[in-house]
Amino acid sequence: MQHPNSYKLSFLLLLVLLVVCFGISISFGSVSIPFSDTLSAIFGGETQKESWGYIIKNYRIPKAITAMLAGSGLALSGLLMQTLFRNPLAGPFVLGISSGASLGAAILIMGSSLLSGFLTFGLVNDLTITIAASIGSFAVLLAVMLVAAKVKDTMALLIIGLMFGSITAAIVSVLSYFTAAEQLQQYIYWSFGSLGNLSWNQLALLGTIISIGIFLSVLSIKSLNAFLLGENYARSLGVNIKKQRYIIIAATGLLAGGITAFAGPIAFIGLAVPHLTRQIFNTTNHKTLIPAVLLYGAILMLLCDVIAQLPSSAYVLPINAITSIVGAPVVIWLLVRKKKMVF
Amino acid sequence: MNPIKPKNITFHVSNLSIGYSNKKQQNLISTGINFDLQQGELTAIVGINGIGKSTLLRTLGNVQPKLKGEIHIDNKVIEDYKSGELASKISLVLTEKIASKNLTVLEVIALGRQPYTNWIGTLTPTDKAKITEAITLVKLEGLQHKKCYELSDGQLQKVMIARALAQDTSIILLDEPTSHLDLYHKATILKLLKQIAHKTNKTILFTTHEIEVALQLCDKILVLEKQNSNFGTPNELIATNKFDTLFPKDTIVFDATSGSFRVV
Repeated sequence: MQHPNSYKLSFLLLLVLLVVCFGISISFGSVSIPFSDTLSAIFGGETQKESWGYIIKNYRIPKAITAMLAGSGLALSGLLMQTLFRNPLAGPFVLGISSGASLGAAILIMGSSLLSGFLTFGLVNDLTITIAASIGSFAVLLAVMLVAAKVKDTMALLIIGLMFGSITAAIVSVLSYFTAAEQLQQYIYWSFGSLGNLSWNQLALLGTIISIGIFLSVLSIKSLNAFLLGENYARSLGVNIKKQRYIIIAATGLLAGGITAFAGPIAFIGLAVPHLTRQIFNTTNHKTLIPAVLLYGAILMLLCDVIAQLPSSAYVLPINAITSIVGAPVVIWLLVRKKKMVF
Repeated sequence: MNPIKPKNITFHVSNLSIGYSNKKQQNLISTGINFDLQQGELTAIVGINGIGKSTLLRTLGNVQPKLKGEIHIDNKVIEDYKSGELASKISLVLTEKIASKNLTVLEVIALGRQPYTNWIGTLTPTDKAKITEAITLVKLEGLQHKKCYELSDGQLQKVMIARALAQDTSIILLDEPTSHLDLYHKATILKLLKQIAHKTNKTILFTTHEIEVALQLCDKILVLEKQNSNFGTPNELIATNKFDTLFPKDTIVFDATSGSFRVV
């Protein structure tokens, strides 16, 4: 009943934009590399300097892919949350998943400083932080799922997610109060978010996690559409509410938890991208919206990454701050322009 | 349909108790409910506020569990249906607003086809024909591409009825389909329901406060009481004075000759 053909052009446009943004993202960095060399490095050719090829292959391309995965994953988890919680302001952060990841990272970084130094020597590195953040986000996710089994009301679940977020934020505050400046700084750097620290192996793992999240979401397309009518109507249409709620929460947890674990907390993408997507695709059908937010999220994240890179300078701004600076005004603009937020 | 053959009983309810229960206690709202609904009949559930009209409707629609008794749908106990199967037997129009007002009229109605579509919800020509049929029957042709937040209450109610029609079930349950509507729209909706029931041979059951309108339009009425509810045609119920005890007598009395209530 949609007009599927009218969206083909939009999808094509987004796809082209994605390729362009990917190109821009790997063309700019603290070292300026001519575009011809960038191209030849991508397609396996020679570069004028050997180091340029190395930078592009092992730093810029993994970073650009991380940005795309993070943007897509966060945008999708935002869409899932908005539909499940029937709330246009829901995002991956509301379930407390990101704060769970922060808690895991905080306990590792700052908790280890509370223990005697030699015991935890060398314990804190990128890998262990990723593991701790994953454990943290899944612990919160598990708690939310347990509560979801008891609480039937989805709105209550939303509040409970927010409460989990408050609790973890409080624990992080307490921990930071007792922590030495050096560890505190390390934690704060993690909380800035970073797309550039992933090796190809880590990237493969993140890619797998996100693929599973996307797979679960695609399986849920029909139920997600039914959820737009409300849970009782969805049930009367034959949707197994309980099972679907678990699947959608699990997908969100994998997407948001996985990304936060690898790249640190990244704000606003999950909230803003579904709304931006609805500006182009005037539909509520998740069959169209899911691929659209995946593309849009990847594009926006690549753009934020380019801005964070401060082209041709040696500075890299915290990505979490950039996404907030870009994302928050967008949400305000949408609210002012449309006078109400719909989902 | 063969007119000599007795019409099929789609809904058979015996000795039903409704209410709410948790681990500690049962809160019985109404007990001893018995009735049979047939194909092609429009039936109203009437009763005083809080007697459990909506609870009954939600129980029959499998939105909430029953406390006692039996509900048969097409000669099969309701519990024996899988949720997917029941979706092609019963469709609902509830009082709750739909979650996303950003849906277009067409999208809402198309969602009614979910029990029949494939895993990703692709609409086949049959689905599209059913949707068009529902739109024509409810006369929503001009509104198809409007968003739900642009509609009036009366229009939205029609959209929900069209959605239920598109679900193509033999039974449609509606919870207070005429509340918040003026007299003209109330009559329009109820006449539409009657027309649908008679034309498409569906069983339509709805709750209402409009007893006087229901008396004029419905084939059967269920007068819900705390215990032992009464069920029958409007004339039978009036003849046996079943409406006299519906409201406390010191405030409102029923006038059998005009079929209306009067404030004392």
